Amino acid sequence: MNTDVLRRWETLIAVLLAGVAVWASLGVDGFAGDSNVSFLLLDTTEIALMALTMTLVIVAAEIDLSVASTLGLSCAVLGALWNAGLPIEAIMPICLLVGAACGAVNGLLVTRLGLPSLAVTIGTFALFRGLAYVILGDQAVADLPPAYTGLATSSIGPVPLATVLVAVLAVVAALVLHATGLGRSIVAIGANVEAAYFSGIRVKRIKLWLFVASGVMASLASLVYTFRYASARADNGMGLELAVVAAVLLGGVSIFGGKGTLPGVLMAVLLLGVVRNALILADVANEVLNFVTGLLLVASVLAPNLGAARRRRTPSPVEGKSVS
Amino acid sequence: MEDTPVLSLLQVSKAFGAVRAVREVSLELRAGEAHALAGENGAGKSTLVKILSGVHRPDSGRILLDGQPVEFAGPADAQRAGVAVIYQEPTLFPDLSVMENIFMGRQPRARLGLDRRAMRAATAELFGRLGVHLDPDRPARGLSIADQQLVEIAKALSRQARVLVMDEPTAALSGQEVARLFGVAGTLREQGVALLFISHRLEEIFELCQRVTTLRDGALVATDPIGDLTPDALVRRMVGRELEALFPKQDTTAGEVALSVRRLTREGVFTDVSFEVRRGEIVALAGLVGAGRSEVARAVFGIDRWDAGAVEVDGRRLRPARPTAAMAAGLALVPEDRRQQGLVMDLSIERNIGLAGLTALRRGPLISRLAERERARDWAVRLRLKFARLGDPVNVLSGGNQQKVVLAKWLARRPSVLIVDEPTRGIDVGTKAEVHRLLSELAASGVAVLMISSELPEVLGMADRVLVMHEGRLVAELDRAEASEESVMAAATGRGRP
Repeated sequence: MNTDVLRRWETLIAVLLAGVAVWASLGVDGFAGDSNVSFLLLDTTEIALMALTMTLVIVAAEIDLSVASTLGLSCAVLGALWNAGLPIEAIMPICLLVGAACGAVNGLLVTRLGLPSLAVTIGTFALFRGLAYVILGDQAVADLPPAYTGLATSSIGPVPLATVLVAVLAVVAALVLHATGLGRSIVAIGANVEAAYFSGIRVKRIKLWLFVASGVMASLASLVYTFRYASARADNGMGLELAVVAAVLLGGVSIFGGKGTLPGVLMAVLLLGVVRNALILADVANEVLNFVTGLLLVASVLAPNLGAARRRRTPSPVEGKSVS
Repeated sequence: MEDTPVLSLLQVSKAFGAVRAVREVSLELRAGEAHALAGENGAGKSTLVKILSGVHRPDSGRILLDGQPVEFAGPADAQRAGVAVIYQEPTLFPDLSVMENIFMGRQPRARLGLDRRAMRAATAELFGRLGVHLDPDRPARGLSIADQQLVEIAKALSRQARVLVMDEPTAALSGQEVARLFGVAGTLREQGVALLFISHRLEEIFELCQRVTTLRDGALVATDPIGDLTPDALVRRMVGRELEALFPKQDTTAGEVALSVRRLTREGVFTDVSFEVRRGEIVALAGLVGAGRSEVARAVFGIDRWDAGAVEVDGRRLRPARPTAAMAAGLALVPEDRRQQGLVMDLSIERNIGLAGLTALRRGPLISRLAERERARDWAVRLRLKFARLGDPVNVLSGGNQQKVVLAKWLARRPSVLIVDEPTRGIDVGTKAEVHRLLSELAASGVAVLMISSELPEVLGMADRVLVMHEGRLVAELDRAEASEESVMAAATGRGRP
């Protein structure tokens, strides 16, 4: 029954996506053009990348709010090292290591000290961004190698190269979540961490690696971001974490963990991208844009819970705690 | 004795999800009478007590107070109606004095603060009526459980309680303390209080009570005057059949040692626990709730860390706090709390069964859905699981079938040592017998079984040997011939061998 509800949720997102796309193609000038579709896809790259690992993290009943700050820190490191004269081929792996380190900090604080990830990553959200400013200040490093900036914006037909990267990693993430033992374990951890532990699942180890993966993905997104805009700044990707979390929840992943699918999340990323793009083309103010995104997010969190809440009576404080 | 009962239940029912904990039970409590409530664990006694005390509201049926229908919206209503409950472990405020505990919320007031003198006098008067000698001014901290119960009784009396429910009050008392409690109970009876007494010790029921109501699987079996029954007859009422028929442990010859636990200690929880379980054996770990049995099982399996001692499975020494290593060595644990620890309730039957053996389902890097389903189907059939589809979430199954899923999950790993913690708690009698047969067959096939159970008939019927724990220590080891209800309970309550 649960899977049926989920399927219906994903169907709903798919229908919504198709509906908005059709409406935008007909009603919004310039939406359906090749160059706009290409731009739309490219513009969702970073959110999509980070949403892949965020899905795994939230299904495991954790959250990582520091992803956009990790992205910013990685950008700052890239800029600083480039200024220092290191070759870009050496800098990129260093950036990925920085992302892994950020994720490890989150993961260790959550698993070793048993702190809630919400609190930990709100802390590191400020910490990593602050560190980015310490490293690069408010300068923008723009003289990046054209070979890479060109690559980040090139396309195969209307499909940006970056979207191909997203697609490949999405397949990997979907397989991990839905077709491996690790995925089964992640779902079990999110649905009932105690039962997962009693089943011999290495809960802490898996959570630690999920945070590391999230950090690495954020730094990978930072590379795309930096080259795409040909600008490494400490404030790169500011506020993206909310867009990522919004997409994941809109995609049908339960904020309480244990439920969610990657196809749903990918469609939600696209849906949010299309809405945003169409509203910008239609000259809607930025504030309204945020309002609409927020509305979709609240609706997505509310919708699956409304039905359940109506079915439930308000129980007494101890009702049903004991059977014998 | 033809007067109107003080409190009666008429055809009361209560269900928790699919579990019908109490089914159309009627009960009459009369002034000046001690009434026993008998039944195995899970028979519905506690639920009935919670209905009487206003904690649970019955789904159907009526409660009558002096023949008038009443509804208890919460424990406060029941208290106002004169129903008081003494639990096995009272919950006093440790830092308040005895008298303050007794008058909690109703302290006599003076111009400034509390009227301690009036409170002291009233407490002394209550203790006088009960024939109890306790200092009203001493703090509750440090009182024995028996004394804490007496304070609770005095509190009930001060509230003019007319019905006093005692839920296994003697489980943790010494023989002397039981005698004193029964003396107080006798006094209360003379003063016209209606008593409802719950105990697993049959001789206490026969000593104290005038009538006994027996429950089995949530339903009323009978209410009899105590003079009409013998202890054997009462056990038959509780169990519903002869013990032998229920617990078919086959005789096996014990093989080599599969699980060896030596001087295992977890500070403040259990101390110096040593035992062995051999292949083909079922060893029961008996004791009162809180004696540390489940904690030992958790430590052996690696859920909790141990501070000292050693655990070996088939001669391989386990490292502490490593469930995965314990599993690899051949250990399996069917935990106490099946809904919280045994199963992921939202996941399907097949996923739950597969969860403890994910590597066995791998084909290359991916999980084979086919292998997952085959494994689940195989074990579902063997354990005669009643299900619609293997893809259904386990939360639609009955308690007994959920327990079968947990068993399937672990048996699919083919463990050499199986620890089962309360394997039949809260499941119906039919499934219970199936679980017992299964455990017996497993032992016969060479598995070493360690069974934790609070149900004495189960322990006595199933076990080749009985280990008894008391307050974190292993206090007795009884073979099949030595183990009896009396010898196990004596050890479990810390009174040594009889």
